[in-house]
Formats: sequence, C-alpha cells, structure tokens
Amino acid sequence: MSDWPLLSLTIFLPLVGVAFILFVRGEEAIVAQNARAVALWTALATFLISLMIWANFDPAQGGYQLVEQAMWLEPLGVRYHLGVDGISLWLVLLSTLLTVIVVVGSWYSVQERVKEYMITFLIMDTLMVGTFCALDIVLFYIFFEGILIPMYLIIGIWGGPRRIYSAFKFFLYTLAGSVLFLIAIVVMVREAGTTSIPELTRHDFPVAMQTWLWLALFASFAVKVPMWPFHTWLPDAHVEAPTAGSVLLAGVLLKLGGYGFLRFSLPMLPEASAYFAPMVYALSIVAIVYTSLVALVQTDMKKLIAYSSVAHMGIVTIGCFTANAMGLTGSLVQMLSHGLVSAALFMVVGVVYDRIHSREIETYGGLAERMPVYATIFMLFMLASVGLPGTSGFVGEILVIIGIFNITPESAAIPAQGSWVALLAASGMILGAAYMLWLYRRVIFGALEKAGLARIEDLRANEIAAFAPLVLLVILMGVYPSFFTDPMAASIDRLLAEIGAHAPGRLALSSP
Amino acid sequence: MTATLDLAPLLPELLLAAATLGLIVLGAIRERRDGAAIVTPLAVAALVVAAAAALALDKTPTVLLGGHFRFDAFAAILKALVLLATAASLLLIASYQEDERIDRFEFPLLALCSALGMSLMVSAESLLGLYMALELQSLPLYVMAAFQRDQLRSTEAGLKYFVLGALASGMLLYGCSLVYGFTGTLSFARLAEAFGPGAAGGMPIGAVVGLVFVIAGLAFKLAAVPFHMWTPDVYEGAPTSVTAFLAAAPKLAALGLALRVLMGPFADWAAQWQQVIVLVSAASMVLGALAGLVQTNIKRLLAYSGIANVGFALVGVAAGTAEGVEAALVYMLIYLVMTLGTFGIVLTMRRQGTYVETIAELAGLSQRRPLLAAAIAVFMFSLAGIPPLAGFFGKYFVFLAAVKAGLVWLAILGVLASVVAAYYYLRIVKLVYFDPAAEPFDELPAPGLRLVTTLSAAFVLGFVVIPGPVFAAAKLAAAALVPAALGR
Repeated sequence: MSDWPLLSLTIFLPLVGVAFILFVRGEEAIVAQNARAVALWTALATFLISLMIWANFDPAQGGYQLVEQAMWLEPLGVRYHLGVDGISLWLVLLSTLLTVIVVVGSWYSVQERVKEYMITFLIMDTLMVGTFCALDIVLFYIFFEGILIPMYLIIGIWGGPRRIYSAFKFFLYTLAGSVLFLIAIVVMVREAGTTSIPELTRHDFPVAMQTWLWLALFASFAVKVPMWPFHTWLPDAHVEAPTAGSVLLAGVLLKLGGYGFLRFSLPMLPEASAYFAPMVYALSIVAIVYTSLVALVQTDMKKLIAYSSVAHMGIVTIGCFTANAMGLTGSLVQMLSHGLVSAALFMVVGVVYDRIHSREIETYGGLAERMPVYATIFMLFMLASVGLPGTSGFVGEILVIIGIFNITPESAAIPAQGSWVALLAASGMILGAAYMLWLYRRVIFGALEKAGLARIEDLRANEIAAFAPLVLLVILMGVYPSFFTDPMAASIDRLLAEIGAHAPGRLALSSP
Repeated sequence: MTATLDLAPLLPELLLAAATLGLIVLGAIRERRDGAAIVTPLAVAALVVAAAAALALDKTPTVLLGGHFRFDAFAAILKALVLLATAASLLLIASYQEDERIDRFEFPLLALCSALGMSLMVSAESLLGLYMALELQSLPLYVMAAFQRDQLRSTEAGLKYFVLGALASGMLLYGCSLVYGFTGTLSFARLAEAFGPGAAGGMPIGAVVGLVFVIAGLAFKLAAVPFHMWTPDVYEGAPTSVTAFLAAAPKLAALGLALRVLMGPFADWAAQWQQVIVLVSAASMVLGALAGLVQTNIKRLLAYSGIANVGFALVGVAAGTAEGVEAALVYMLIYLVMTLGTFGIVLTMRRQGTYVETIAELAGLSQRRPLLAAAIAVFMFSLAGIPPLAGFFGKYFVFLAAVKAGLVWLAILGVLASVVAAYYYLRIVKLVYFDPAAEPFDELPAPGLRLVTTLSAAFVLGFVVIPGPVFAAAKLAAAALVPAALGR
C-alpha cells in the first residue's frame, strides 16, 4: 500500500467531494442534506487515508517519508514535492480529524447556504494538509496563503454581527505578514538556487542576510501564531467566526505559525534564531502573562478562549526557540494539545450559542442542572486547558518548561535567564487556572435561574459524536504521551542536527 | 538585394488589412439590415486566422520593409496574444453594443485597424516604425471612446483621450527626433551598434533626454504614473464595451513595444533608463493601490487597478534581464485574462434594461447568481495576488526577477502595495458574498460574453495545474528579444 501516493490522495480527495457537491441540484432542503452527507463521507475518507499515512510512517526514521516528487513549474524550478516527518505527521492528522468534527458539529446548526459552507470547509481541508506536506517552499506558500480565501469567506458569510470588519482584519493582517515572507522566499531562492525545503535547510545563508530573512519570516509566522503584539486580529476573528471556523482557526491555522518556525526559521536561519531567541522569549512571556490577565476580565466566552489561545501559543513559541529536544517536543505536543482543547472549547461555546444565541458569560449560570453531559465534557476540556496532569495540556507545558531550564548557559543573553523565563511562563498556568475555573463556575454552577435557560437541552447525538474523539485523544495524550512523542523523536533529533550543522563554532542554540 | 521581396512574415498584417478593406465594403452594403451582426463574427474570424498565421510562420528573425519591421518569436507570440485578445474583446462586447444601440459595423472595423497597429507595434524595428504603428493603434481607439456620440460622457472621454494622447504622441515624436538628431539613425540595429559596448564614448546626453521622452510617450499608452491621468476619466466616460477593449490588448501591445525599445537598441544602457522605469513602476503601484481605495464606480476602480498592475509588470521590465522580460510578459498575459474576465462581469451588470456601474450594485449577487459570483471572487482574489490563482504566479515571477536584479526594495514596495490594493478587491468579494441581495440583474442572452468569461475564469483557476505553456511561451519570446539586442 505504501507505494500509493498517500499524501496526494489526502490532499486532493476533499476536492473530489467539492466536485460532487457542486453537482448536487434540486430543492434547497434536499441539496443541503446531500451536501452534508457528501462532505461527511469525504472528510471521513480523507481522515482514514491520513490514518494510512500514520500506519505507513516509520517512527525510527528522522527524514521525510512517503515523499512524492514531480517537476511542476519548470522555468521557476518549482517542484510538486511532498513528504511528512515526525513534525508534520500529527498536524496532518489533526487537520483531517478536525475537518470531520466540524462537519459533524455543524450538522444542524448551519442552515444557510449549506452547500457553499461544506465546499469551503473541504477546500480548507485540502489547503491545510497541503501546507503541512509541502516540501517545496513555493508550494508551501501557495497552500499557506490560499487558506486565506476560504477562511475569509467563512468568517464573512457565516459569522456574527461584526463579521465584515473581522473578516477584513483577519485577511489584511495575515496578508501583510505573508507578503514579507514571500519576499524572503524570493531572496532565499535566489541565494540558494533551489526551492526545495530540504536543500534550503542545507544551505548556509550569510549571517547578515539571515537577520533580515528571519525578521521577514517572523512577520508572517508571528501574525499567524499569533504572538503579542500581533495578536489583535485573533479575538475579533474568533468572536465573529462561526463555531466551525473558530475550531479550524484555533485548531489548525494557529499551528501554521509554530510549524513555520520549526520548518523554516530554526533550521534555515539558525544564527538569526539564536540572536533573536531572547526577543521571542520576551514577547512570549508578555503574551502569556498579559493575555492571561486580559482573559480574566472578558465577558464574552469566545473572546476569553481566544485570549487563552494567545497565552497557550506563547508556550509553543518559547518551546520552539529553546532549540533542545525537550523544548521542541513540548512545543509540538502543546500545539497538538491546543489544537484539540481549544477546538473543543470553541465547540463547547458553540453548543450553548446555538441554543441561546448569546456568548455573554452573564447570560448563563447553573447549566449543570439541565445539561449534565455538557457540564462533564466542558469540565474535562477546561481542566485540559489549565494543564491538569492526566490531560494533554499538562504534557506540553511541563516539557516546554523543562526545555527552558535546559537552555545552555552560554546561549543565555542574561545569566540564569532560563529560570526567569520558566518562572514567568509557569505563572501563565496559574492565571490560566484562574480564568478557566472562574468561567466554569459562572457558566455551569449556581442556580439555574436566568431567563431563557429553563428549557435548555443537553447535547444532541451529533454533538456528542463530535466531542467523543476529542475527549479520547485529550486523555490518551495525557496518560500515554509517548504514543505521540515517539514518532516525533527521530525528526526532532534531525532538526537539532540541522540547527547545529550550520556553524559548528557557534553552536549557540543547540544542546543535546 | 534580392529581386523578389519575401512578404511571408507580413502575412498576419496583410490578412488584417485585407479583412478590413473587404469588411468595409461588406458593411457598407449590408448596413441597413445587419451590418454589425455579420461584420463582427467575420472580424473575429479574421483576427483568429491572423493569430494562427503569426504562430505558424517560420520564426527565424527577419527584417523587412526597409528595416522598419522585424519578425521573430517575440513578435509572433505577442501578435498572437494581442490578436486573440482583440477577438475575445469583440466577442465580449457584442451584447452590450446591441443593448446600447451602438452596434454599428464600423466598430469591429476600427478594432481591426487598431489590431493591425498593435501587430505592427510588437514588430517595430525602427523609431519610425514605432511611431507609425503606435498611431495606427491609437487613432481608432480615440474614435471608439467617443462612439456613443449622442452622450456627453462618451464624447468627452473621446476628446480627452485624443487631446492627451496627441500630447503623448508629440512627446514620443520629439524624443525620437532627439535620438535621431544625436545619432543620425532611426534603425534599432544601428542604434544598438552605436550604443553597444564597442562604441566609443558614452550615450550622448541628447539621446538620453530623447529616450526619456520616448519612455514618457510609452508610459502614457501603458497608463503608468505620472502619465495615467486620462485613464480613470476615459475608462468611466467611454462606453463599457470600449473600456473593456482599451484595458486589454492595447496594454499588452504597449508593453511589447516598450520592451522592443528598451531591450533592443538601449539594452546596453539599462543603467540610463532603469531608474526611470523603477520610479514609474513604484509610483504606479502605490498610486494605483491608494487611489483605488476610494472609488465607487467599478470602471474607475478597474482603471486604478490597471495602473497598479502595469506598475507590477514594469517591475519585471526594470530588472532589465531576460528573466525580467519573461516575468513582465507572463504578468501582463495573466492580467489580460483577468481583465477580460472582470469586464465580462461588468458587462452583465444590467438591471431592468439599464447598465449600472456602481460597485454597490453587486451586493448580494451570490444569492441569485452563484456562478457569476464565484467568477467575480476568482478574478478578485487573483487580482489581489492570492495563491493558488493565476495572479499570484505573475507577482511571484516579477518579484523573483526584480530580486535577482538587485531591486529588493522595489519588490518590498510592490508587495506592500499589493496588500493595500487587496482591500478594494476584497471589498467587491464582500459585497457579492456578505451583503444582503439587491435587485437581480437581467439574464442576458449573450453567448460570446459567457464564453469569454468562462474561459477566463477557467484559465485563472486552472493555471496552477498546468502553468508550463505560458512560461514556455514567455521564455521563447524573451529569448528572441534579448539576445537579438545584446547580440552576444
């Protein structure tokens, strides 16, 4: 089976589903029903094929696997070049899984323009998986940037009252960062004479050039992650996006930034990465502490979770730039965990929003009385977000914090910098516990006395089906993390070797 | 000198000229009954045949007509493109012409004359050939702009276009005379020898000034800043059919001519003209992006979008390399297709028998005409340069060429301008998809318009799958142009 082009199948199968949906004709209700069904089957099939990728993946190898190559854009030397390694493997699975979940989760809640809705989500699936599989920098950019189109439409068409403002802000903000990345790509391609990511990784870019390239890449990835102070588009986009849009935005799109750091900034520009690492730590700490405080005072549930995302992604960016095995593994696990947990939390908000049409915390209270299943699921994800041991959130945070302590002294700009960074980063966990527990108390506990809540219903079957895989995975990642980290290990070692290989004399970042 | 004159390389032009003359007679005979209805399809057929002839001819470089005309792969490919674009424009506008009762048989004839001029432009091999071809292309366009002669707007547009165009022609001619005065020759080949690296002394200062005037004249035809003033007014005032015509083929022809001049005799003096092109290109990108933000009329918006896009194409020209030429050609070709498609949509904006031009009229189109809305979205995202649509590849290629030539700052300015411009393209998508539906547009029975719009959308969407042929053609054209100029 492994000689099938599994990656191409995973990437382009959703487009086949799109073609089918386009041909659905007839009455509106029937069209909607058929579109849902086609989307579900396509997303499921795509997910199953992506499981085949996992089954055929050899965890012992650090290099790219299931590689596919073909000349595509000859005059520019751009190849259609795909492959996965331990870094991208789980992110591919995360994308295909979340697509299935959003299709199931919005089965009843979306009634308008269902056909277009399903089409945009399937296109998103193609673009997300393509981004993680691309091994050619131009191909990567095409997928990476192409995501803006469906996301813009998702926010703008199915979003809340301020959707237009948010859609524009999301699009232009991200585009402004990305075009600088494009210029960096052009400069790198010109300098190295190739567009292949593995070859670019082997190329030694002059240190002076690295600084500029790094900043250009940073402009793009820091907006995507998002890092403070480039995060302001995120609360707006999340608040206005429909639930499914928020799920993919938080679950996958934010990961593109972290993935970009791991795939481009660190291995291609190691000296600049070492030089700028203290800045990244500083910005990440501000993100963790400041946005956690901001989250504390939010009255809108989605906004609160959006700000908590910024804080959690701060842990990810610190982990990336510790550039040791612990930190990098932690960073990846944190990305996966956040992908599951924040996606689930946005769905949790979506559930009550569909029923009451309000995201204000004040509207709710005492939901445990009428919605016991809901309360349980909410609690699990709330605790995972806080980082309770036994859930996925804990594993990522603890690994990153150990990674920070492991930063070698000679790399530290300030003596004992590592401990300070660790201390401040860990404070985010305490603040996280504060805002999440408080949110939970206000929504779930107390008396069920607010207007309109008396007849609220517990989870529907499709909602339970959407939550179930997330619940399982969050617990699995919490109790048996090596299931996820083992396939990463070899690739992370390779990444560390790449970082170290460039300038043996200036091994500022790596520590074994 | 050989006794027989081989006119084979002139076949496309001869075909066009013969078709024009024949159709004048036919049109005059049939005018009362169905002049335009019969002349338009024949004109389209003539254009397609001439384009096919250009491609079929032997592409070894040949110089004809006393050294004023050159046929090579560059000329062949550009001829085929401008002629096909002209044919597509004629198909596109037929229904509008009919509705507005300006479907006179003279219109396709003027288009044919202009196409003949464009075809000669990309073959210009001397300053005289350049001027003659440019005028032959321009004069019919002035008439076309004023074609709706009982409407003040249209006549004003025509007059404005003519006066400013005449001024630009004057500058161009003055530039040519300066170059001739300081070098004593009109021929590109001789100029190339005179300015080649073997030539003693530098380029005479008078010739440099002349070159700047020539560039100014060409910038007018390209609608590049600071010679862009006519564009928004003429685009808005002229009948939409004429605007669609103006925005497509003539721009490609003007770019072809600019490349002929700059990469021909003056190729070794890139340092002299590069700064001018860099400035013109940067100013066009920035002004096109900023001024487009506040437009409410879709034709004016497209005028500014056109200015910005010419700026991007000139980024490739500014690089002054074979790759830059390729990039500029690829960019312009993709832009041409996007423009034809976009005008295809503007030409369907008819409500209860009247054509509308305000952007707001597009509100909520996606709910009533999903396919048309999807086509608009495709063109707008492509114009904004978002992958995987065709517009992205054009931008990537020009920026690559610019960076390779050391113009990193121009590339950075360009991408930032493209972010600004993205706003107005997004605004159209927003109207179409996010806003509540306005009154529906009329269903137009316009097969030609549908065909061109559909083909354009398919090109823009499918480019990512098969990008090869376009790049290969551009490479062939650039290879024919650049070594011919550098000669080494």
